[in-house]
Amino acid sequence: MTRQMSGAKMIVQALIDQGVDTVFGYPGGAVLPIYDEVFQQNAIRHILVRHEQGAVHAAEGYARSTGKPGVVLVTSGPGATNAVTGLTDALMDSIPLIVLTGQVPTFMIGSDAFQEADTVGITRPCTKHNWLVKETDKLAGVIHEAFHVATSGRPGPVLVDIPKDVQFATGTYMPPKPSTSHYQPKLKGDMDAITELVAAIEKAKRPIFYTGGGVINSGPAASQLLRELVAATGFPITSTLMGLGSYPASGEKWIGMLGMHGLYEANMAMHDCDLMINIGARFDDRITGRLDAFSPKSIKAHIDIDPSSINKVIKTDIPIVGDVGHVLEDILKVWKSRGRKTNAEAVAKWWTQIEEWKKVDCLKFTQKGKTIKPQHALARLEALTKQYDRYICTEVGQHQMWAAQYLGFEDPNRWMTSGGLGTMGYGFPASIGVQIGHPDALVINVAGEASWLMNMQEMGTAVQYRLPVKQFILNNERLGMVRQWQELLHGERYSHSWSDALPDFVKLAEAFGAKGILCSDPADLDDAIMEMINHDGPVIFDCLVTKHENCFPMIPSGKAHNEMLLGEAETQGVIDSKGSVLV
Amino acid sequence: MSPLKIKKGATSHSAYNLRPTFSDVIERHTLAVLVENEPGVLARVIGLFSGRGYNIDSLTVAEVDHTGHLSRITIVTSGTPQVIEQIKAQLGRIVSVHDVHDLTVEGASVERELAMFKVVGQGDKRVEALRLADIFRANVVDSTLESFVFEITGVPDKIDAFAELMRPLGLTEVARTGVAALSRGE
Ligand SMILES: Cc1cc2nc3c(=O)[nH]c(=O)nc-3n(C[C@H](O)[C@H](O)[C@H](O)COP(=O)(O)OP(=O)(O)OC[C@H]3O[C@@H](n4cnc5c(N)ncnc54)[C@H](O)[C@@H]3O)c2cc1C
Ligand SMILES: Cc1ncc(C[n+]2csc(CCOP(=O)(O)OP(=O)(O)O)c2C)c(N)n1
Repeated sequence: MTRQMSGAKMIVQALIDQGVDTVFGYPGGAVLPIYDEVFQQNAIRHILVRHEQGAVHAAEGYARSTGKPGVVLVTSGPGATNAVTGLTDALMDSIPLIVLTGQVPTFMIGSDAFQEADTVGITRPCTKHNWLVKETDKLAGVIHEAFHVATSGRPGPVLVDIPKDVQFATGTYMPPKPSTSHYQPKLKGDMDAITELVAAIEKAKRPIFYTGGGVINSGPAASQLLRELVAATGFPITSTLMGLGSYPASGEKWIGMLGMHGLYEANMAMHDCDLMINIGARFDDRITGRLDAFSPKSIKAHIDIDPSSINKVIKTDIPIVGDVGHVLEDILKVWKSRGRKTNAEAVAKWWTQIEEWKKVDCLKFTQKGKTIKPQHALARLEALTKQYDRYICTEVGQHQMWAAQYLGFEDPNRWMTSGGLGTMGYGFPASIGVQIGHPDALVINVAGEASWLMNMQEMGTAVQYRLPVKQFILNNERLGMVRQWQELLHGERYSHSWSDALPDFVKLAEAFGAKGILCSDPADLDDAIMEMINHDGPVIFDCLVTKHENCFPMIPSGKAHNEMLLGEAETQGVIDSKGSVLV
Repeated sequence: MSPLKIKKGATSHSAYNLRPTFSDVIERHTLAVLVENEPGVLARVIGLFSGRGYNIDSLTVAEVDHTGHLSRITIVTSGTPQVIEQIKAQLGRIVSVHDVHDLTVEGASVERELAMFKVVGQGDKRVEALRLADIFRANVVDSTLESFVFEITGVPDKIDAFAELMRPLGLTEVARTGVAALSRGE
């Protein structure tokens, strides 16, 4: 059925037909016709943020936690440019978003009109794809295609730029239909390669599953299949920061996160394995460390839906292009049909070795004295919240790494963090998006005070929509992660890495009409956390922690996995000049 | 009709060869990229090369299928086999790209470039320029008493050679189209 309607109405209709229930946005001159349509309907809820960057991160949090694409509506010019950081963040972390921007009318494009920006030009490198729609008749089709592109293959953000005259003009609405575009990424893996991998699984003596964000992107069924494959083979499994939760932290075969701040046992196992099965991870530099020393003895298999991820940095022996869920299903099928074989004896020996590494207990710490250690704060947060229906977001820095190390994730889509871009200011708006998607859940943003301030204006949003998001700030009065690098690399010259003139967070919360809790004594911590959980409304929790704590383990830049630093004693002069140019 | 005229199935076996040997040898490859003819598509392709630090030795683009809205971009690039493989994979994931073909590895291909040269001179130099143009099968497309504009078609090496010869004879301006290439045979 096709109908005549205005472009603005068409946009709202297309969103409804795509099953959208929530839009994060901020109005302005170039989107007023759309806002007028938003006003006159009830099917879609619009969340008014306080800054367009917040809208995009909120949509990311919503998308990652619900598995549905996030939708953003902002105005032209400054509205669009404010969205750029969020778009780049979503591109790096493969988060599906549809961002709609207003544009000056078509006849004014190119004239330096008021609030004109070359939005498609600016966002071309930070979107998966973008469109400038110049005819109302094409609008609905483009929006439907935008959903298709954002959510198929490797997900990512897309942007549709809509001039104001196109919103006013009348055109023909086209309802969604199965995409006929040429963009149809391949989901099934090559069976020969899958059989080759199964043969390698049967023989492997020191295998490891190295899983990543691709498992989450593939959907809950992929995590289910992954669990089945791990249980059936008995192989150890590690994950990147982006993949946490796809295999449960309480699972028997879990050996923790890997990488720069990953666990000793996970990194040692990656280094010494003879078969590495990469499932939806991209050999990021936080993982590989020094490339020529990266897992030198292993056969490497890589399952990824994006051919450009394969062989980008690490040479792969068994490349499989396809969707994690589809490929795992085929691996299980082939492996079962060939008699469910593994080299059980060798794998048992491998586990003995891994157990030895685990004894190093690389995350151990002692809470003593009158100051709360950040690790202790997170260990208590974990103990007191893990039985809840819980979602965790983070900002970027040391607290992010400690959250990854000390909190356990049992399910996918429960962990929202900015991995690829490392965007300070991501976590708070993301927690708002998560809470919108899961109104009854306990949503906690583990933050550093510096990151949190970057998007603190979103307190207004949290209070307006009565979102009980818990802002758990590990306040070290330092840009901790920067300070740590300065300590290790720049002779302890702490150039501009402290947080001066901090607000009183309790008063700040109160000024917004929310609750603030200050906690500085380890003895009060549990009660304070319980008070935070039990408060029905947004809370800023100002947890004063040790100021010069370092985040370990750490593989210094330019070093190999087996050259990991475990604690303070080992840090003197470890990073050479070659390593210090790396970030 | 596929405007690319490349054997069916060639894509998965060559353009996306995922098992390279990582070597340091710099190779020169000619890629044929079939793209949706829409605004910004060239910017996407060029932006990919500049953003990721790849080389463009030459680039040509024109619509090849009006009804299907398809353009063909021919790119000559150079890099190690790993870089070439990345370039192809990165091109392949641009949403407006329909197909990427590496003419250098997908069997034999023919390459041509068109160039125009303005040569200004008198006397012996003018005669010599005309004589060399004849040897290179360049055509005279404009002439005054003191200048010629030659048009020449050929592989880039031939055009380079002709340019070298014209330089001492009064070469003042050059316009080159960049390479167009097709695979040989059916
Ligand atoms: C301060 C800081 C420190 C960090 N330290 C660490 C660290 O110690 N350890 C760590 O792991 N990370 C760390 N990170 C994060 C790191 O930068 C990367 O973001 C992360 O390692 C990438 O995760 P990934 O490889 O799982 O890839 P992602 O970015 O999640 O990419 C997913 C991959 O899966 C593919 N894919 C997507 N969908 C599918 C599908 N359906 N089927 C198949 N494949 C699919 C994609 O093509 C892509 O290749 C840190 C980040 C920060 C900010
Ligand atoms: C937008 C942005 N600017 C700068 C950085 C660089 N950076 C990474 S971590 C960090 C410090 C973060 O401090 P804080 O939020 O207090 O967390 P902590 O490390 O102390 O836990 C900085 C400045 C960044 N990641 N993002």
